[in-house]
Amino acid sequence: MSAVSVEIVSKTFPAAGGAPERALYRDFRLDVADRSFVALLGPSGLGKTTLLNMIAGVDRDFVGRVGFGAGGSPRIGYAFQTPRLLPWRTVLQNVTLPLPAGEGARERALRVLSEMGLADASDVYPERLSLGMQRRVALARAFALEPDLLLMDEPFVSLDEANADRLRDLLTELIARRPTTVLFVTHDSREAFRLADRVVALDGPPVRITDDVAVTLTPEQRRMPSEIERLRAALLGLKRGAVA
Amino acid sequence: MATLNRIGWSAVSLGAFIAVWWLAAALIDSALLPDPPKVLEALFAAARSGELATNLLATLARVIASFTIAMVLGSALGIMLGLWPAADRLLGPWVVLFLNLPALVIIILAYVWFGLNEWAAIIAVAINKIPNVAVTLREGAVALSRDLAEMAAIYRFGRWKTLRHVILPQLAPFFAAAARSGLALVWKIVLVVELLGRPNGVGFELQTSFQLFDVATILAYALAFGLIVQAIELGVVQPWERAANRWRR
Repeated sequence: MSAVSVEIVSKTFPAAGGAPERALYRDFRLDVADRSFVALLGPSGLGKTTLLNMIAGVDRDFVGRVGFGAGGSPRIGYAFQTPRLLPWRTVLQNVTLPLPAGEGARERALRVLSEMGLADASDVYPERLSLGMQRRVALARAFALEPDLLLMDEPFVSLDEANADRLRDLLTELIARRPTTVLFVTHDSREAFRLADRVVALDGPPVRITDDVAVTLTPEQRRMPSEIERLRAALLGLKRGAVA
Repeated sequence: MATLNRIGWSAVSLGAFIAVWWLAAALIDSALLPDPPKVLEALFAAARSGELATNLLATLARVIASFTIAMVLGSALGIMLGLWPAADRLLGPWVVLFLNLPALVIIILAYVWFGLNEWAAIIAVAINKIPNVAVTLREGAVALSRDLAEMAAIYRFGRWKTLRHVILPQLAPFFAAAARSGLALVWKIVLVVELLGRPNGVGFELQTSFQLFDVATILAYALAFGLIVQAIELGVVQPWERAANRWRR
């Protein structure tokens, strides 16, 4: 459990292949409350993945700072755009490896795998699984860690709608069971409103926050397309109003 | 079952080779191309005198020593070149130079500079092989997945776990390729080194037989050592490769 405060004074993409240097972020600020589920909504290619990477600490090439409340450096679970599993390790090993060593690790991994309906797949190598199952394994890896902060980068893209929806339900369920702070990147506003309790709409470059909406839907309402559409319409109307 | 099948096919393939050889020997009918029984006879004669075992062991020890040195140093160099572009810019041309330097030049220089001794022989062979290993492993290191490296960093694998579970499995096919081509190259060069400056080993024995035009003994030694290398390939390299590739679909 961890709050996140991001302050990026400047993040540029270096000039490459004739393209000039590009300012991705300039004086950008985002504060995320502890145990909130924040969806970052914006068009593809804007730099949302870069933002997650800066928060995760794998992209340090920027001016600014990322703070994590009181706890110091949090345990981070990251669901990448592709599953990023180790193909030469079994499903169980993939989930166990990030955990601290010990007998408890194996048990915890097995428990999370069976919660996600992957008990039978635990000794299988990932490439023998469908993409949907690989994504579930990647989620299991992130959840088994019991992360303080869960970063998710369009984790359900390139799945068919039925599969993606099942995984969204599973995600909601897992978070209800073990509350944690979630930053969820997506370009799909329906997905954002269905899952998040705060939707931050981004535009740019350089990236700026165009809207910041609290979503106060009940779990039942989130499953109703009409409710989701109402919120989307409100957000899009807001945008149009801003342009006019 | 699968192993049996593979050995079966190898036997069929080698049997066909022996048949062609036998036929050619019968057609030419000359002491310069002895048929398989004559070669076997020479093989048994050498075995009875004890020379076969002595020479094979001497050669095998040199092969193992220079192969190990070449794999360790070549891998370290190749991975370094692959990971650090600056090192590649600085040392890459050296690798190309040594890659294209004839084996004979390295062997002669090693003997001239370090004397006709065991270390000179082993180092000469290793130097011949190191650039090949380095070039292969450099490719492997360049192709290392950044995605997986990031994953390992975010999930705090630490150095040892990252090396064992993320990096080495990605390099395994490159190790296998370097080892396979390495074994073939090293044992051929070891024979040359022995022929030029060692008092024992298969290469030395071949030279003696060459001076006597004793083709049967030459073929007997080639056969014996060929069998050993084949056994290493079947018994060590291939099983390891299969174990490393178990996860592939």
